[in-house]
Amino acid sequence: MNKARSNPLNTLAMHGALILYTLIALFPVFIILINSFKERRSIFREPLALPDSESFSTIGYETVMQQGDFFLYFQNSMIVTVASLFFILLFGSMAAYALSEYRFRGNMLMGLYLALGIMIPIRIGTVAILEMMVATGLVNSLWALILVYTAQGLPLAVFILSEFMRQVSDDLKNAGRIDGLSEYTIFFRLVLPLVRPAMATVAVFNMIPIWNDLWFPLILAPAEETKTLTLGSQVFIGQFVTDWNAVLSALSMAILPVLILYVIFSRQLIRGITSGAVK
Amino acid sequence: MKQARIRWHILVFLAPAVFVYTAVMIFPLFNTLWLALYTRVDQERVFVGLENFRTLFFDPIWAEQFWNALGNNFWFFLVHMLVQNPIGVALAALLSHPRLRFAALYRSAIFIPTILSFVIVGFAWKLILSPIWGIAPSMLDAVGLGSLYAPWLGKEEYALTTLALVSVWQFVGIPMMLIYAALLTIPEEILEAGEVDGITGMAAFWKIKLPLILPSIGIISILTFVGNFNAFDLIYAAQGALAGPDFSTDILGTFMYRTFFGFQLQLGDPHMGSAIAGAMFAIILVGVCIYLFGIQTRMRRYQL
Repeated sequence: MNKARSNPLNTLAMHGALILYTLIALFPVFIILINSFKERRSIFREPLALPDSESFSTIGYETVMQQGDFFLYFQNSMIVTVASLFFILLFGSMAAYALSEYRFRGNMLMGLYLALGIMIPIRIGTVAILEMMVATGLVNSLWALILVYTAQGLPLAVFILSEFMRQVSDDLKNAGRIDGLSEYTIFFRLVLPLVRPAMATVAVFNMIPIWNDLWFPLILAPAEETKTLTLGSQVFIGQFVTDWNAVLSALSMAILPVLILYVIFSRQLIRGITSGAVK
Repeated sequence: MKQARIRWHILVFLAPAVFVYTAVMIFPLFNTLWLALYTRVDQERVFVGLENFRTLFFDPIWAEQFWNALGNNFWFFLVHMLVQNPIGVALAALLSHPRLRFAALYRSAIFIPTILSFVIVGFAWKLILSPIWGIAPSMLDAVGLGSLYAPWLGKEEYALTTLALVSVWQFVGIPMMLIYAALLTIPEEILEAGEVDGITGMAAFWKIKLPLILPSIGIISILTFVGNFNAFDLIYAAQGALAGPDFSTDILGTFMYRTFFGFQLQLGDPHMGSAIAGAMFAIILVGVCIYLFGIQTRMRRYQL
């Protein structure tokens, strides 16, 4: 084996660099989490120390629970994210199937039209989106957010899913046709189960930006009962700026759900990115 | 055999996606560009052509803010290109080393900031850099650099760069992952052939791997460009809609938000807001076109 590629010094340097960067990446998250469990004085006196029996306190979390409606915010975020993902996947896979399976006039053009949105951010149209939502009475409802995120997610979903659907064998679909299945049954019963991995990739790609978005909740649904977790924590922290316990606890509560989701889905996410789905 | 009848199922499959996409994305996009050509006079919408754009580019009050935001936005983008992408490439190069242990662990850990929301990232760094809490100064003291500390987010000359670096910290995971994926597709035979010719280590990276991953670097650059020119959340979370101190961190996204919704004594103006959105659209379009026609088509792709 070649020497340069297995030199122990090299390996050590590589681990050193990676550990250093991992520490940089995790340090701020770590510092927020440990300090959220400390009482006010030790937050300032020893910010780097872990909470011990003396400095441990959950006063921040108590404030958050009393003052902010975090369960409602969490529920709103959950509804918006899950519903948007559902529509992105359903509508996206249907359109992707139409584009990849059937030959019809305008197929190419329709594909290009749907792909436009991959590069152009939907935020550019915010002024008119707000006008439309006000006119239709959807402003300050979760539907406004769901519609916007669905529209935002569709272009990439159609693009990725149609790439995968082209790989589904024609023989299978034709066998279904000979057995007298309708086009809809073939799509839902035969094709969809086969592209499930691609759908998971699309879902994971869309989940994080939807959950974390601040712009549209701020503009389309700022009412108390429709606040998402991201907007809710933003507003809460703005109001409690001087109450460090509350701020740190609110931040931790916003971090945790995402972190848990990440632990569950990280393999899917990384496989999705590295399989070249976004080439 | 020619079929004259309409194949309804194609229509049914396409309709929902095309409808939602057109109604919520494409139509508002053009409607916004259209609104930029109007203004409001006594509750009436009046067509003024390109007047709003002239105000935006040349009227002393507006122009100063607009060019300031645009300049800041370019600096924001430049910091990403010069810091985020090289670090991402370097990390990916390390991670893709064939016999590296714990690679998956490092990869997952370094990607964590990318999944957090801007609100969390903005506030967390605001607290850490704050002179009141003193984590940043005491850590700098520990390595003997205490004199370098300044309240970076509060100083006009540093605030924008600091926020850009915070954003780099958050998003370094994306170039890392995409480059990592590209590096994995390079066949071992090519690297071995290089070794036979005496090209190993760093030389192998610069002479063999880098030319092969250039297309991915191109994709990352355009993603960074589009992302940076409609950025908003981080600045808003850390500095508020006024993008202080004294507008030194104002970028197009925050400028558009302020103009559209109004702040303090200024009333919101949807038509000027649309004009700014129009300018952002033009900038992004130019960037995407340069990438598609200027860079992507000229880039040499190697058949692996």
